[in-house]
Amino acid sequence: MSVSTLMIDGHEVAMAAGATLLAAAREVGITIPTLCHLEGLSPVAACRLCLVEIEGSGKLEPACITPVLEGMVVRTDTSRLQDYRRTVIELLFTEGNHVCAVCVANGHCELQDRAVDVGMDHSRLPYRYPDRPVDLSHHLFGLDHNRCILCTRCVRVCDEVEGAHVWDVGWRGEHCRIISGLNQPWGEVDSCTNCGKCVQVCPTGALFHKGDTAEEKHDDSSQLVALVRARQARQVAP
Amino acid sequence: MTPPAPLCLRCCTSAGCLASGAAELREALQRTVSRLELADRVEIRGVGCLGPCSQGALLAVDPDGVIFAGVRAEDAAGLIAALVHRSVLEATDGQWRPLAWTPATGERLDTRRPFFAHQRRVVLENCGLIDPERIEAAIERGAYDQLRRAVQDLSPVQVVETIRCSGLRGRGGAGYPTGLKWATVAKMPGDHKVVVCNADEGDPGAFMDRSVLEGDPHRVLEGMAIAAFAVGASRGFLYIRAEYTLAISNLRRAIEQANRHRLLGQSLFDSGFDFSVELRVGAGAYVCGEETALIHSIEGKRGTPRPRPPYPAEQGVGGLPTLINNVETFANVVPILREGADWYAAIGTTSSKGTKVFSLTGHVRWGGLLEVPMGTSLSMIVEEMGGGAPEGFTIKAVQTGGPSGGCVPASELDTAVDYASLQALGTIMGSGGMVVMDHTTDMVGIAAFFMEFCRDESCGKCVPCRAGTVQLHGLLQKHLAGDATAEDLAQLEALCHMVKDTSLCGLGQSAPKPVLSTLRFFRDEYVARLKPVAAPSTGVAP
Repeated sequence: MSVSTLMIDGHEVAMAAGATLLAAAREVGITIPTLCHLEGLSPVAACRLCLVEIEGSGKLEPACITPVLEGMVVRTDTSRLQDYRRTVIELLFTEGNHVCAVCVANGHCELQDRAVDVGMDHSRLPYRYPDRPVDLSHHLFGLDHNRCILCTRCVRVCDEVEGAHVWDVGWRGEHCRIISGLNQPWGEVDSCTNCGKCVQVCPTGALFHKGDTAEEKHDDSSQLVALVRARQARQVAP
Repeated sequence: MTPPAPLCLRCCTSAGCLASGAAELREALQRTVSRLELADRVEIRGVGCLGPCSQGALLAVDPDGVIFAGVRAEDAAGLIAALVHRSVLEATDGQWRPLAWTPATGERLDTRRPFFAHQRRVVLENCGLIDPERIEAAIERGAYDQLRRAVQDLSPVQVVETIRCSGLRGRGGAGYPTGLKWATVAKMPGDHKVVVCNADEGDPGAFMDRSVLEGDPHRVLEGMAIAAFAVGASRGFLYIRAEYTLAISNLRRAIEQANRHRLLGQSLFDSGFDFSVELRVGAGAYVCGEETALIHSIEGKRGTPRPRPPYPAEQGVGGLPTLINNVETFANVVPILREGADWYAAIGTTSSKGTKVFSLTGHVRWGGLLEVPMGTSLSMIVEEMGGGAPEGFTIKAVQTGGPSGGCVPASELDTAVDYASLQALGTIMGSGGMVVMDHTTDMVGIAAFFMEFCRDESCGKCVPCRAGTVQLHGLLQKHLAGDATAEDLAQLEALCHMVKDTSLCGLGQSAPKPVLSTLRFFRDEYVARLKPVAAPSTGVAP
């Protein structure tokens, strides 16, 4: 196995070929913020929070999918990146209706955590207050589009891990919305297995257990890794 | 006595002229000719774009080679009568005389005008001459000869080398060296590869690719087949936007004809080379012109881009190595093979070889389709060939590259059209749309127009493009309403850089360009729209 040595924020790190910059940064204790990324799911590089600067490249590259290369010199926390990350979070807050005080995920929300990480004490951009629906047709779970940040983790976990492909993205641009089935109410989608993985991986309170009230959603999306690894181990075993 | 030269009336059938009544004109001509039983002496031929679309409906008369503008169906009888009268006179004294006729409300166009005289038609060499509905007409003009030659006499390496030496660069906008792209795909391992033609032309004001496909579809199909031979592909997809109904029907017919003539399909020219082309019609998303989104769309998936690498050359349609070029790029292949790489490389500038087709629109007297050598100055195209702004107006700026491009101010019109010079001005060559704006144009309004376009066309996958274009459009609206402050202007500029630097694909990365470009050259218009700052209070009570 070939190994590449690279420099991240002044730290030297050796990584196996094929590893991502995100993994390399974690190796040396540097946290690069992410939202759409989730260990165990295919990467989409859509939230753009994990963009880093690579010396010699004019473009910013997403750490979640960029493989390490020998001799790379990477900066993960320049003032430009800090400002861009804060803007990404502001854009997410302003395009939806995120009211932490009444949210099931308050205190356990990745969007909220990232906002704290990037130092977003207020939004410099105006809130848009879109009119978005809530789907409570499923007997166990609910979907509040107001809190959805379109990270597509639910779409991927349902397709890639559960194999049910209940979720998809409908429409485009600012009108994008997560849809269940063929844009049916969630409760009417026969292919849903009620497994709850989508709720578990949702970084915000958009997908939640019915009956949870403010601050009561405590799902840990990282449990998915354990499931995926266990499954892989079983598939490899004779 | 020599038989009189065959009379041919070439009627433009392209979309622009159709809107000016070209279909009715063609019908009226046909009716008149058949009523007078002249069908064996006068050919009424539907052809592709004749050039100055703004002057439609256009009609060319051969053998005279004259072009009439603004011809209406009511002119048909008069024209046929004039042609008959001339041939009667010629029969009596054997003397050929020029056609003495002008349409009632139109005019005879002088083909020595700059619009025609400064053109160098390579891509468009058959456009406006041949009937795009008849493969025989294309074959008469040499269609599929170069494909035959490539398959029978050349090796794939030789073909790639010829394209590389010609210096041809991608005509879709980015200007990537075509030969290099072909060589990369050719070197990829595997027996199954794909060639894709990107005909998802979507920039406002751009109609170059549509005109080529409407006027000479076999040219593009042959270019694709030659590319397939060069890179080792056997399947081709032509991805075209649904709005191009005439181009789609011409292409469908052309593909069917080429299959029937065994110029596409299995074992071409008795060799082991197979190549089939499928037409894929888009569903109305601008982002599907981006190559990875286009590939997803061909695969039947949602048309959203994905990060590159892997590039389509490694993993494209169905995970196979895929060559994607734009319509005009493929249309350049045949003349390069026929005339040689050196011939092609002699046209244009050091870094940008060959010719470029432009669609000239907006506040200009002579709008339409034209093809010029690379390196021609913008002022030559706009002022000379296009005739400048209409009487009483002056040109303020020329927009190139559509929503991904920028505005070139009138003071910079001496700039030569090539990839590098336009980039230095903060715009791009783009696919060839050129929109002229006169002095009454509100540049902040233009920026807002393009931002609204990008806001509508964002696929919504990445945050900066999905939400950033909305905020940018809001800020521009605020400027237009006169409510913006200096802080808003600073925020507009900062957000432009953020969206440009962080978006996932070309759409988002270039969406702020029309704003940044107008800020660079017309900042005073933004400043003039700022909300007046209230005069500081003197603190003295009246």
